[in-house]
Amino acid sequence: MEALQITWFLLVGILIIGYAILDGFDLGVGFWHLFAKKKGERTAFIHSIEPFWDGNEVWLLTGGGALFAAFPPVYATVFSGFYLAMMLVLVGLIFRATAIEFRNKVESPVWVKAWDIAFAVGSILPSVLFGVAIGNVLLGLELNPIGDYTAGFFALLNPFALLCGLVGLAMFALHGALYLSMKLEGDIVARTRKWAVKAWYAFLPLFMIAVSYGIKNCIYGIKAIPMVLIILALIANSLVFMFNKQGKAAAAFLSSCCTIAFVMLAVAGALFPTVVPCTNNPDWSLTVFNSSSSQLTLVSMLVIALIGMPLVLGYTFFIHRVFKDKVKVHND
Amino acid sequence: MDAVLLARIQFALTIMFHYIFPPLTIGMGWMIFMYNTRYQENGNLLFRQLAQFWTKVFAITFVIGVATGITMEFQFGTNWAGYSRFVGDIFGAPLAAEGIFAFFLESSFLGILLYGRKKVSQKMYWFSSFMVALGATMSAFWIVVANSWQQTPAGYKIVTETVNGVEVSKAQLTNFWEAVFNPSTIPRYSHTVTGALCVGVFFILGTSAWQILKGRHVEFARASMRTAIIPCFGVIMLTLFVGHHHGHQVSETQPAKLAAFEGLWETQTHAPLMLFGMPDQKAEKNKFAIQIPGMVSLFIGGKFDTEVQGLKDFAPEDRPPVALSFWSFHLMFYMGVWMALLAFVGVILWLKQTLWTTKIYLWAAALTVPVPFLANEVGWMAAEVGRQPWVVYNLLRTESAISASVPAGQVLASIIIFSMIYVLLFGIWIYLLKRQFHKGPDSLESLEAEVK
Ligand code: HDD
Ligand code: HEM
Ligand code: HEM
Repeated sequence: MEALQITWFLLVGILIIGYAILDGFDLGVGFWHLFAKKKGERTAFIHSIEPFWDGNEVWLLTGGGALFAAFPPVYATVFSGFYLAMMLVLVGLIFRATAIEFRNKVESPVWVKAWDIAFAVGSILPSVLFGVAIGNVLLGLELNPIGDYTAGFFALLNPFALLCGLVGLAMFALHGALYLSMKLEGDIVARTRKWAVKAWYAFLPLFMIAVSYGIKNCIYGIKAIPMVLIILALIANSLVFMFNKQGKAAAAFLSSCCTIAFVMLAVAGALFPTVVPCTNNPDWSLTVFNSSSSQLTLVSMLVIALIGMPLVLGYTFFIHRVFKDKVKVHND
Repeated sequence: MDAVLLARIQFALTIMFHYIFPPLTIGMGWMIFMYNTRYQENGNLLFRQLAQFWTKVFAITFVIGVATGITMEFQFGTNWAGYSRFVGDIFGAPLAAEGIFAFFLESSFLGILLYGRKKVSQKMYWFSSFMVALGATMSAFWIVVANSWQQTPAGYKIVTETVNGVEVSKAQLTNFWEAVFNPSTIPRYSHTVTGALCVGVFFILGTSAWQILKGRHVEFARASMRTAIIPCFGVIMLTLFVGHHHGHQVSETQPAKLAAFEGLWETQTHAPLMLFGMPDQKAEKNKFAIQIPGMVSLFIGGKFDTEVQGLKDFAPEDRPPVALSFWSFHLMFYMGVWMALLAFVGVILWLKQTLWTTKIYLWAAALTVPVPFLANEVGWMAAEVGRQPWVVYNLLRTESAISASVPAGQVLASIIIFSMIYVLLFGIWIYLLKRQFHKGPDSLESLEAEVK
């Protein structure tokens, strides 16, 4: 049973990491959308993610579903506890999805402008809020015995959580800039590489402050394994800088994928075996072992995952192969 | 305001808005697949034209379905924490399976359908169109499994344990397949899918009739009508047939609900079918009733002396809201009969080759466009309101299911925000559809150039 519970902790983790890596570049592209100069550039940005964004988002949906199935109390506590924040994420995702599909459908400048704003805001809002949520989970929440969050909305906006929000934004901005420099053609590439450098300089100090603060204040502290993961994240992150300098866009992007994975794994490692620490009474914390579903459910889900995940990876590779060509920027 | 009521309003609002779009994409997905198949078979550009035009309409609709679906996925946790803790062991798995088996498939192949015509072979394009229709239809499966389980729970046991000094009970899975294929899964899934197909085909029929009336792209609109009329007839007949079967299942598994659907107070043989009436929950009788004697007994048991349970068999606090159940069920029924008539007449006119010139018929078809949407909505309302006061039938009361930690004010705020966003999205959807219909399909000449 314990092996099964740990397996599911890892599988939910993999889904969330998959989401962060894949939708991370969409969200980052949305951020840089604000900084694109010409209409043609913005159109190209959207084209670069058009065939992929929905599939990327499904990682989040499946991660949410898997969390619900494997650790129902965690799903219930976290989403009801972060109620307003979650609603804002949803609003952001709604506008982002519609912006990507609708922006290029009508030629009017007002229309295009409105969707440009919706796209950027709809990308930035979730990027920040995901970080805020992770920051709060790391710090722990105030809960009652059945796991309902009791401290109210404003307690969620503490400095550490907000800092994590900025880390998330910088991480996705970096990732998005690298994606663009890999996926686009023409003059724009030089600019996206400069953007990546800027984002890199923003990410590193923010991340370092968050780590040092986290080591001191998260009730579960930082153990050996997360420390190793943090170091790996930093190594991958240095490679990002190097490859980006050398103009090796694909390698830089892949290093960024690794950075994200290591950062997320470090978060998971810092928490484990707790999933949602409880600050007012550590005994009430939700852990991998006290909040999982029954053995039968976990086994059934494992079968579903073993059949389904290879298919999912297959579709993902397939669609990226079909749309492997670079996107041209038309000047207008 | 009452937190339970607010949470219910929130859920009803978001799911009912979501449910405008998936039925259209499910139904239209199969029509597009049919067009692509015909084009594949005979290379007739008309079918390519049909496929391309309706794919554009499909895309506009699909994205709103996706955007509003994301809300649904997290709603159980945000607004129904009590429910999530109680059913998580059973309910979460279908939600995850839906993502893994359906959404991934659909979203990947849709990318090809929308943006990849020039990047893949003709065969692959056709195959993608099949996968998109299949994916949409499968998206419906797992969520309907989850819903059916809360209507007619099976394959579970209730366990009570003490957590941190508090006693909590929850449902625990004992048999996966029994839970998945619980007594109402098959009838509900078939009825839901056939209902969705109705939306797709009647939409093509009705909007094309409107185009003809307005004199826009008439040739093309005729072709659309011609190809839609037989599917219309087929799927509405199937829907009625499956619906009848579904009613039978409800009478066995949720008798209080069936009694509310029929406005039946006394347990009796020769139970009458009430065509019209105003059920009065307090007085426990119906006003202005117009009835056909014995019909309900006949529908359910095949003979007049079948005994049907009435509402008075159930304690007043265990009865669903009768008037709302009655009317949503009856409206669905009437709309179904109307669509069947329309399709039947359409087939006759089609045989006489006057389908696209009979003005009054064109008007009737055009005005029917909203009807299947509404029939789907009230169908779900009947099913869901009829389940009250239980969230999980006979196991969990609705008032125990909400998120205790969320203040009512926050729920209200989110209701207001989502209402505004949804009104906006709906307006945008209509606007984009209108543009698409005014612009019409790509001309056959341009398609010919494209093929070369
Ligand atoms: C898998 C779950 C599921 C699915 C597929 C649906 N519902 Fe539902 N519905 C619920 C799960 C649910 C629920 C969470 O169980 C609610 C919330 C409160 C309640 O009692 O049941 C509910 C309530 C609820 C209500 C309020 C009833 C009342 O409070 O009296 C309405 C009007 C609908 N739903 C309508 C729909 C529509 C139009 C659907 C079409 C897609 C739909 N539901 C699918
Ligand atoms: C509470 C219940 C529901 C939840 C949690 C839910 C969840 C979702 C989600 C997350 C998406 C977006 C998937 C993507 O990104 O590709 C979606 C889309 C979709 N849903 Fe729902 N849904 C619910 C009810 C239903 C019902 C009842 C049906 C059909 C009977 C349905 C059919 C679909 C379909 C076909 C799509 C694809 C998009 C479209 O065709 O418009 N959903 N749903
Ligand atoms: C003679 C016609 C019909 C009959 C006898 C019938 C029967 C039923 C019954 C008994 C239910 C409730 C199931 C429950 O509460 O568990 C239901 C629900 C529903 N109906 Fe119908 N129906 C008919 C026509 C239609 C039509 C024409 C549509 C749509 C085009 C439709 C769409 C739905 C939907 C979406 C639901 C909710 C999902 C479900 O529970 O299956 N129905 N129907």
